[in-house]
Amino acid sequence: MSGALILLLTLATSLLAAPVIFLLPERAHRTRTAINLGAALLKLALVAWMVWGLAQGAAYRFHLPVMEGFSVHLVADPLGILFAGLSSLLWLLTTLYAVAYLEASPNRRRFFGFFSLCVASTLGIALAANLFTFLIFYELLTLATYPLVVHRGTPAALAAGRIYLRYTVSAGFVLLLGVVWLQALAGELTFGELRLSELDEAYHPTLQGIFLLLMLGLGVKAALVPLHGWLPQAMVAPAPVSALLHAVAVVKAGAFGIVRLVYDVYGIAFSATLGLLGWLTAAASLTILYGSLRALAQSDLKRRLAFSTVSQVAYIVLGVSLFGPLGTLAGLAHLLHQGLMKVTLFFCAGNYAEELGIHRVDELDGAGRRMPLTSLAFTLGALGMIGLPPLAGFISKWYLGMGAVAAGSPWVIAVLVASSLLNAAYFLPPSYRLWFKAAADPAWPQARCLGRFETHAWLWGPALATGLFSLLAGLLAGLPYSPLDWAGRVVGGEYFP
Amino acid sequence: MSPATWPSEGLAGLLILLTTLLVAGVAWHARGHLREHGVPAGRSHWLWPLLAAVWGFLTLIWLVSDLLTLYLALEGLGFCAVALMWLPGTREARRAGLYYLLASLSGSALILTSALLLYSHYGHLDFALLAQASAEDPRWRWLALAGLSTGLLVKAGAFPLHTWLPPAHAAAWAPVSALHAALIIKASLFLLIKLWWQLGPAAAPSMQLLGWLGAAAVLWGGLLAWRQATLKKVVAYSTVSQMGYLLLLFPLMASAEEGARQLAWQATWLLFITHALAKAAMFMAAGNLVLAMDCDDLKGLAGVGQQLPLSLLVFGVAGVSIMGLPPSGAFTAKWLLLESALAAGQWPWLLLLGLGSLLSAAYLFRVFAYCFTARAEAPPCRRVPSHLDIVPLGLALAALFLGLIAGWPVAWVQGGGLP
Repeated sequence: MSGALILLLTLATSLLAAPVIFLLPERAHRTRTAINLGAALLKLALVAWMVWGLAQGAAYRFHLPVMEGFSVHLVADPLGILFAGLSSLLWLLTTLYAVAYLEASPNRRRFFGFFSLCVASTLGIALAANLFTFLIFYELLTLATYPLVVHRGTPAALAAGRIYLRYTVSAGFVLLLGVVWLQALAGELTFGELRLSELDEAYHPTLQGIFLLLMLGLGVKAALVPLHGWLPQAMVAPAPVSALLHAVAVVKAGAFGIVRLVYDVYGIAFSATLGLLGWLTAAASLTILYGSLRALAQSDLKRRLAFSTVSQVAYIVLGVSLFGPLGTLAGLAHLLHQGLMKVTLFFCAGNYAEELGIHRVDELDGAGRRMPLTSLAFTLGALGMIGLPPLAGFISKWYLGMGAVAAGSPWVIAVLVASSLLNAAYFLPPSYRLWFKAAADPAWPQARCLGRFETHAWLWGPALATGLFSLLAGLLAGLPYSPLDWAGRVVGGEYFP
Repeated sequence: MSPATWPSEGLAGLLILLTTLLVAGVAWHARGHLREHGVPAGRSHWLWPLLAAVWGFLTLIWLVSDLLTLYLALEGLGFCAVALMWLPGTREARRAGLYYLLASLSGSALILTSALLLYSHYGHLDFALLAQASAEDPRWRWLALAGLSTGLLVKAGAFPLHTWLPPAHAAAWAPVSALHAALIIKASLFLLIKLWWQLGPAAAPSMQLLGWLGAAAVLWGGLLAWRQATLKKVVAYSTVSQMGYLLLLFPLMASAEEGARQLAWQATWLLFITHALAKAAMFMAAGNLVLAMDCDDLKGLAGVGQQLPLSLLVFGVAGVSIMGLPPSGAFTAKWLLLESALAAGQWPWLLLLGLGSLLSAAYLFRVFAYCFTARAEAPPCRRVPSHLDIVPLGLALAALFLGLIAGWPVAWVQGGGLP
């Protein structure tokens, strides 16, 4: 098969699944689930094929000129495929989870249709090879996520949707303005072309200004402080949506956009010349500390996880902003690691809420005995977030620290230590309560008994799977095709082409 | 804008194609729409000859090159449009139609007076000959142009002369409002651009003024669309707002930068076409939704949202184009407008485009929020036959994907080259 065809087919899996799901009648649950899972499996297989093909040196590229200065351009480069792999793996698991989670609730057709669109847009973001294509899918993501956030239709959900839109639509325009300005200066830029450094030095202040605009546009989705306000509000969405939003879709799309911007539009060396990286490091450090501090103050489990996302996604930005291969390696590996760990935590939070009616951290006492598999997954995710060896989070933090020293900003290590202590302070108590405290009332007042085991198998299965993945990503980091190994491949392309 | 060759063949061809497509689509959709609404044949029979006449007058307008044809075609179009508005025969329709007739006639009076003024002073009716004849002493030309422009702005429903438009669109049959918003009011705007292109003074202030009128329309229309309680009114005020973007062509055309003029020119026509397709689709989808809800109240959408009829999706897809989000033609047009404003150094338009985008998202997502509202007892929702969704779906998808084939219409628009 030709490269372009595979790319389009991969994109089409979830993009075409959406209209098909919309056209199916609401009651066709089995057909819908079959289409969903079939498309997700097909997509995972296609992405795996491309990963293997890239390792063999194959090229995947699709180019369609629109008009002078515009083209739809897709490419599977190592960086894009890194994100595409995460997106397709988690689509499969989240779909399984969502099918069980939303069993017997209304409007499932609408939910799964927009869910597919949401995943299709993350794949498009991953594979976009220029800013025009990137914007198409970046805005599609905004549109597709809104119905998911307001899915429950309660006043709280609608209010959260309004706030989400206020942030993302304004950011979308600022991003567009930055992109147009950049293109007006330098013409159509394909990612990785790095022509900006050839511009006259007189343009450098303008380029700095444009970088700021682009960062404002991307920073909203990436939830960088002070642009993070929508994220904790969006927690009213159903658990699978929060999982998707925090692990792969919206927040990750913003972070991935920042990675593309720094490496493939401006170029890391040119960004350093313009003096942009120091500011980025500072913004990321601030976000890491602020997110952790706020997380500590939350008693609602999902809100605590939301602020933890604010902090953890900033690790990616921090890694990107540290000039040098090690920092980049850490940032990119964390793009995957954070996704795996955070999706686990949200799956677990959803399980506690659905099965036992638990929403607050102090209600978790003794839940480990009632739901051991879910709690095992939660603990794996939580310990990984703290950065305990040999879990995935440790790998990220280790290389971040090394990268900071190599980039000549050892003060970042202090940020990392402080953040790890804070992580421990807000993730250890829930884990402790799960296993070592006895339940106040062993009858679990709101227990629902959703399945033969502790809960529906499609609810604990994905949680445990992602939990184990995050363990394996750390344990087997040295093996080929591990997140770290693939991130190393991207770094090789960026620094030693 | 100095007198220059108007790229007549390409642009007129494209617009005739668009008109034919839309009139045919409207006719096809109207058949089913009127049957569903149980409109008696004695009333609906009038629709077909009127649609044919509208097609003819519009085609004439896209090709016009002298004042007499301009006046006659515009007058004919105006009477057909008023008759179309009157067709439902309800009290609101009669009243709104009458208001429209008065507005349209006062516009016509201005246009006729100005045309006569030009003819009496320069002895020509042809645009090109007029431009030559008036080169020596252009004072009367400017005065006449002011009159012509005001008349055309009234007919185009441009701010602040738009007040007749929303009630008319809300009261008319949905397919008629679709055609009216998509093409009939745009015909006046087209003539405005053509007149200025061929007779316009090189004086920048007046062109800036037109730009500011457009800016006010974008903001005011958007704000009012946001405040409406009925679906058709939201769509109608959105038209007022969107027409404002087209007026930005004038200040950008006054720029000294050749690149900025070229970009603005492409953007305007791309937006013109996208908006025609998307707004027609949106009105037809709104008509279907009103049929499903059995009322025009936004609150009724909660029930429709639970059923998720195709019409709601069509409304949403058309909404993507209205909001100027990718991959619609409006997005590409917005991009080009931004680039043009940057190249021309006219910063206020950047801000305006930003505010306009936010406002359009605000009023459309407000509609969607009603659809997603959960209610214990969702009001019953009537099933809309799916053949009513075919035409709007096609138009909405055409608008949505126009941004990806934008090279094709732009090549037509460039037909005659730029000065």
